[in-house]
Amino acid sequence: MIRLENVGLRYGMGPEVLRDISLNIPERSFQFLSGPSGTGKTTLLRLLFMSLKPTRGLITIFGKDRARITREELPHIRRRIGVVFQDFRLLDHLTTYENVALPLRVRGREEASYRNDVTDLLKWVGLGDRMHVLPPVLSGGEKQRAAIARALIEQPRILLADEPTGNVDPQLARRLLRLLIELNRMGTAVVIATHDIGLMDQVDARRLVLSGGRLDVYE
Amino acid sequence: MNQHAARPQSSPKPKPGRSAPKAGWRQLAETATSALRRPFAKATRRRTPIVPPDNVAGRAMVLVIAIMTFLSCLTLGAVTLVRDTAATWQTQIAREATIQIKPDENLDIDAALQKAREIAGEFSGVLQATIVDNEATARLLEPWLGTGLDMEELPVPRLVIVTIDPREKPDFESMRARLSQEVPSANLDDHRTWVDRLVAMARTTVTIGLSVLSLMLVATALTVIFATRGAMSGNGHVIEVLHFVGAEAPYIARQFRRHFLLAGMRGAAAGGLAAIIVFVLFSWWSARNVATPEADQASALFGNFAIGMSGYMGVGLIVCVIAILTAATSQFTVISYLKRIET
Repeated sequence: MIRLENVGLRYGMGPEVLRDISLNIPERSFQFLSGPSGTGKTTLLRLLFMSLKPTRGLITIFGKDRARITREELPHIRRRIGVVFQDFRLLDHLTTYENVALPLRVRGREEASYRNDVTDLLKWVGLGDRMHVLPPVLSGGEKQRAAIARALIEQPRILLADEPTGNVDPQLARRLLRLLIELNRMGTAVVIATHDIGLMDQVDARRLVLSGGRLDVYE
Repeated sequence: MNQHAARPQSSPKPKPGRSAPKAGWRQLAETATSALRRPFAKATRRRTPIVPPDNVAGRAMVLVIAIMTFLSCLTLGAVTLVRDTAATWQTQIAREATIQIKPDENLDIDAALQKAREIAGEFSGVLQATIVDNEATARLLEPWLGTGLDMEELPVPRLVIVTIDPREKPDFESMRARLSQEVPSANLDDHRTWVDRLVAMARTTVTIGLSVLSLMLVATALTVIFATRGAMSGNGHVIEVLHFVGAEAPYIARQFRRHFLLAGMRGAAAGGLAAIIVFVLFSWWSARNVATPEADQASALFGNFAIGMSGYMGVGLIVCVIAILTAATSQFTVISYLKRIET
């Protein structure tokens, strides 16, 4: 589904942050992307999300060469990729419901066409009774679940989560992990960037370890 | 979504045949009331705009736009007034010429005045020629010589006022030649020197006014641009989120453009309206103080403060241009921001 071949990336004229990254993310796969802080986990995720271009190497996303994807095609491909950020990135002036519905709203869809889907999804992640509150009122865990729901509302083929449990307590972190595992069982590939060893030990899954800009894959 | 998750409980449905006759009217009323409330409930649950409501920077932007629009419209109105007044000066002073006859011991001044008037009246382009009588001449000299003047004792030149059709100026050279032949003591003054000086002054005044207006408009444009960019800088996170959820660049730009067009229009309309109110108040004050020294001085420079249709249209044009400039700046800023976050 997403393939990286000898990918390298540098910022400006500095040293390469990522070097010789070769990686294949199959459909319905589940993996952790780990490594110490500053090793380039977020950078690699941004490459997968097409927010950055590699300075060398080949990236193939859903069968398309990243270098040949035009600016106009990017949003359409991006809709098949869900992203969850460590800092949630919810819009504080929109309610939980409106934040989750945002990807559908920007497509131009009528609210009546997606109201039930959004409501069902919010109930699924446990926010059924928090639909019409603003994000500042939500707890950290609720915000993260809202962010996950927003990433899932368009049923993406892959979900990229950047430190999704970074701002929550261990108990809630386990609950979020179970949510992501459930999501994977339903057919979405999942990549979780984390430096939390304890979290990774709870699941028997592939580990992509970044160190010194290089990637090692442990199946 | 998930086959294994508990399905949401459906709302319990009422069992059939339970409604009692006595409760029938009450039930009907409740149904009707809830049916009436339903469309209002839907109508009030409007979608929140994607662009956040104005923050401090946004409100400051609207205020700055209002102030700069107000000043620009005032400048435009002043330039319009000066231009119209200058045109009036030129027309008025070009409407008259003067024949001056100096008194002489051997000259019958009254006959000379009559002759000069007749000669002037024969030329085409002259609407009328009027002799300024002794009393009127005394009134002209009153500011310098006081009242009670005996015109018989003073060798004061007498005047014939020649009123000219501004569309068809008479042949002053021929008139001058004829007067020098038939009324040698007459001297024709066509005010050409004064007209030329006045035209030069009027043009200079209007040019200065237009230059000031241009500077004002440039300052307004720069202020609008920087104020809009300032207001946009607090919305970077919104642009990023829209970008990451897959919104296309034109959609994002459209949302902000609409928001800032309305904000710019609000500020510009407020400033333009305030300027119009100032002009209406000045016009009202001018009308109330007719024939006072202050009003005379003001009306000599600006007329009667009626800026006319061209002035109002100019205000409308400034308001529209500023609103469009605000929207265009936000569009440009969004596109630049998206290019920056997407390498």
